[in-house]
Amino acid sequence: MEIPKSFLGYKRENGRAGTRNHVIILPVDDISNACAEAVANNIKGTIALPHSYGRLQFGADLELHFRTMIGTAKNPNVAAAIIIGIEPKWTKRIVDEVAKTGKPVEGFSIEGAGDIETIMKASKKAQEFSMWASEKQRVECPISDLWISVKCGESDTTSGLASNPTVGNLMDKLEPLGVHLCFGETSELTGAETVCEKRGKTPEAQEKFKKTWNEYNDFILKEATDDLSESQPTAGNIAGGLTTIEEKAFGNFQKIGSRQFVDVLTPAEEPQKGPGLYFMDTSSAAAECVTLQAAGGFNIHLFPTGQGNIIGNPIEPVLKLTANPLTAVKMSEHIDCDVSKILSREMNLDQAGDELIKATIRAANGRLTCAEALGHREFVMTKLYRSA
Amino acid sequence: MATDIIIHDEKDNVGVVVIEKITPKQDCSCWVMENDKTVSIQSADEITLGHKIAMTDLNEGDTIIKYGHDIGKVVKSIKRGEHVHVHNVKTKKW
Repeated sequence: MEIPKSFLGYKRENGRAGTRNHVIILPVDDISNACAEAVANNIKGTIALPHSYGRLQFGADLELHFRTMIGTAKNPNVAAAIIIGIEPKWTKRIVDEVAKTGKPVEGFSIEGAGDIETIMKASKKAQEFSMWASEKQRVECPISDLWISVKCGESDTTSGLASNPTVGNLMDKLEPLGVHLCFGETSELTGAETVCEKRGKTPEAQEKFKKTWNEYNDFILKEATDDLSESQPTAGNIAGGLTTIEEKAFGNFQKIGSRQFVDVLTPAEEPQKGPGLYFMDTSSAAAECVTLQAAGGFNIHLFPTGQGNIIGNPIEPVLKLTANPLTAVKMSEHIDCDVSKILSREMNLDQAGDELIKATIRAANGRLTCAEALGHREFVMTKLYRSA
Repeated sequence: MATDIIIHDEKDNVGVVVIEKITPKQDCSCWVMENDKTVSIQSADEITLGHKIAMTDLNEGDTIIKYGHDIGKVVKSIKRGEHVHVHNVKTKKW
């Protein structure tokens, strides 16, 4: 198959391209959720992103919170953003960073004004943004404007056999075209960590990966009460035939094909070393991982599943594929790309990779993914430790 | 003959069932992805889609090889054709 050279996206002020055109109402903290949701309810064409944190965080945990907030609003799938927080200072910090992209952004703080006045003011601005964004048109963008993140979930042995290698096949075909790619899931590389480390393109990248994984492993050994056998693999993984974390890890690892990663990113960090594959230090919990990758600037997500994970994200479309023929039938409303014919050998990996590229381009062009059509908007902040 | 079991790597000592299930004493056709060879095995257990079958006899302490890599240790001996899972294999990590 000849790989399409372009897709239809929304060109942004900073040169990036979006696959979606959202106007987001982003609360800085948990107590501003009500206000943000009221604004999104008032003004059509906007979406609120409520979450659970943002108060009394400190140190690296607070920095991650800001990085996630700022990165989410900067994502090219977001046309414009309203930021609402209880206090002006933290709200302004986010607004100022997002404004650097050139996109419309305005902040509101509730303290001293109350919910109702804030909702009124923010709603007027949100209406302006929504109507402005509604006139944006999709234009032809080079395929290199795609920033593709990947993460698998509810994996079983069919993931490692077929759906993850399908994603790997896509990576092998798209990376030479200048696409940005990202995988994560530090915990689920356990058992394959030394093999993964060798995939670093430079000694620096290898060293960074080793350090990241070791820090994670030290944390697990410190916090674990017995072992992680109850959580990794999950009950769903075990039902699907996965026996150990090592088996899960080698299956997981198939998603990067034969690619090498150019750099290791901290959670929600934006890549700075140009096109290619990046590893991001993330949890393996689906919503946390995708939220971080979206905050890193990725504009479309590929999610292979075995037993049938249903996750979505409010700003980054999540496209699902499965090679499990039972899941493809029983949970068909969640599956965008069925590659189960690989198992019956009616389809090979090359063909499956092509099918996934086609599905990815269609979704990038605007076709709703199953998760979007079903209303999945899981926005989950990663928290490193308890608040002060 | 249709494929009942897929084996990732020539070195693997387990394969994965890729049909809805195999039943005891069923003669199964196994496809080895790495070298495109076909081998056969008679199952000893009922094994469902996605679950693993032992391609060889395995003793306690032996290493399970899949994707050509170590994925855990045998904690209860396994005969060729038997179901390989959490009841007889455990991680070496935790």
